Amino acid sequence: MTISAQKVAHKRRRTSLARGRSRTAYVLLTPFILVFLAMLVVPLVYSGYLSMFKRTLVGGETFVGLQNIISVFTDQRFLEGVGRMTIFFVVQVPIMLGLALFIALALDSGRVRAARASRLAVFIPYAVPGVVATLMWGYLYGPDFSPIAQAFKAVGLTPPDLLSSNLILASMMNIVTWEFVGYNMIIMFAALRTIPLESLEAAQIDGAGQIRTALSIKIPAIRQAIMLTLIFSVIGTFQLFNEPSLLSKIAPNVIGTSYTPNLYAYSLAFVNQDPNYAAAVAFVLGALIMTVSYVVQLRGRRKVSA
Amino acid sequence: MSFFSTEPARRSTSRSDARRRKQTSKLTTVLVWACAAYFLLPLLWLGISSTKTNSDLFSTFGFSFGNEFALFDNIASVFTFQDGVFLRWVGNTVLYAGTSALIATALATAAGYAFAKYDFGGKAAIFAVVLGSIMIPLTALALPTYLMFSGMGLTNTPWAVILPSVVSPFGVFLMRVYATDSVPDQVIEAARIDGSSELSIFFRFGVPLMAPGMVTVFLFALVATWNNYFLPLIMLSDSALYPLTVGLAQWQSMSAAGGGSQALFSTVITGSFISIVPLIVVFLYLQKFWQSGLAAGSVKE
Repeated sequence: MTISAQKVAHKRRRTSLARGRSRTAYVLLTPFILVFLAMLVVPLVYSGYLSMFKRTLVGGETFVGLQNIISVFTDQRFLEGVGRMTIFFVVQVPIMLGLALFIALALDSGRVRAARASRLAVFIPYAVPGVVATLMWGYLYGPDFSPIAQAFKAVGLTPPDLLSSNLILASMMNIVTWEFVGYNMIIMFAALRTIPLESLEAAQIDGAGQIRTALSIKIPAIRQAIMLTLIFSVIGTFQLFNEPSLLSKIAPNVIGTSYTPNLYAYSLAFVNQDPNYAAAVAFVLGALIMTVSYVVQLRGRRKVSA
Repeated sequence: MSFFSTEPARRSTSRSDARRRKQTSKLTTVLVWACAAYFLLPLLWLGISSTKTNSDLFSTFGFSFGNEFALFDNIASVFTFQDGVFLRWVGNTVLYAGTSALIATALATAAGYAFAKYDFGGKAAIFAVVLGSIMIPLTALALPTYLMFSGMGLTNTPWAVILPSVVSPFGVFLMRVYATDSVPDQVIEAARIDGSSELSIFFRFGVPLMAPGMVTVFLFALVATWNNYFLPLIMLSDSALYPLTVGLAQWQSMSAAGGGSQALFSTVITGSFISIVPLIVVFLYLQKFWQSGLAAGSVKE
């Protein structure tokens, strides 16, 4: 065999090997991709398709193009729900993530007694279903046998009505904060533990205190993890459903059927029996969430480079 | 004990040694434990309340025990109310959450390993689409999925809850990061030289090395389905198929609406308490796995 023939044979073997390997990669990927297509992509496309029709009493379904989508943008009930969730996002998310960051930094600093036990205590609510958390807080907010109301009465005060229209949004923020501080804290804490010891020691030698180290070294180092928690919070907030849906059972006059955009889509589909318009609402809501997450990511990146 | 024995992350041993020499601070300890109290007190209230009779619920202080210790009566009433449907709900929850978490973990492990260890056409684009899909709100998909399933006669069956729950894009992301770190290329190369086929390398070397990451993905998928309320609520109409979340919500609205209600408060409270115990136990028990898995995933993007 000549040298060039050898080279060709070698090359051929390499490409056939590479082809075999990428075939394995596709074999490993295929199951996931199939369910990904069936359960994520197809429903998304179908929801876009559904939103382009309108059901009329006579004549069945007619094609209306983007009309449904356009009317969602001027739908008072949808916009009010989005507005409410925007307030929720602006107020609750900084509190939740701030608290999570504080606890993560405190635990990482090694200055807390019984740190492991307190870490678990903070994380435990994550294992509690949102339904149970809302049920429980619903009783704690209620007038009948809540220790909060009992404490107010014991000192001769009228307990605040935590389920009234003035306070219900704050009460809901409290439930979500209680549920998710621990989850976000664990993500941040896990990231903190991977900061190399050397950079922290260098700061110590420079005489930086705990707070200084946290602000100038630790927080910048875990920016990616904080970003991740922020994106999850955008997604979670704008599709809020469990808490308002269950609280509406004990405060039906305060929480209407369009209190959150997701509650609105649900009642359109299953109470009003209008799946086409409900699909349009769900579609616009999804697009909105993706846009906000994208903007958050872009701003995060810009801050990194600045 | 495995409960309290592990720190997450790889460099943790040396770091926690270095830290142990530091003094604890009173102020920081008090502040953190004040936060911990906020998270624990409602659960403590739930636990105490599940030992009370209905009349003690109303007549005694929330954080003190009642005149009677009624925990076992309450548990009995939870499991016998409506012909013992609660036990069915427990079984359904375990079935839905367990099955979908197992499938989700298997799919995410295979896909994550493929992304981490192979080069193939369209890899970057496919991964970008998968990662981007984390931002799609699942509830926006639930409605069209319901309509599709209803056309196929799948609604009101366990599949209606399981199938949508087996897709875990975040799981794929975690497993890719985890496979990159935990399965050395040399191991794969050596096995290739020994003549192992690609798939047997994956099963014989890849899977065991990725096990802690798989536990993390499994646990988070388990919690996601266990705690899911929206999907089973729209998919299931037969109460014998409900998971705990939908069933408890139904009991709560019965007791709120007042139909023979008074007697239900202690049943709902005790049922809620029972439903949270299994997950808390699983999380405490498997702590070291999910914490190290998260540590690998949270830092790299």
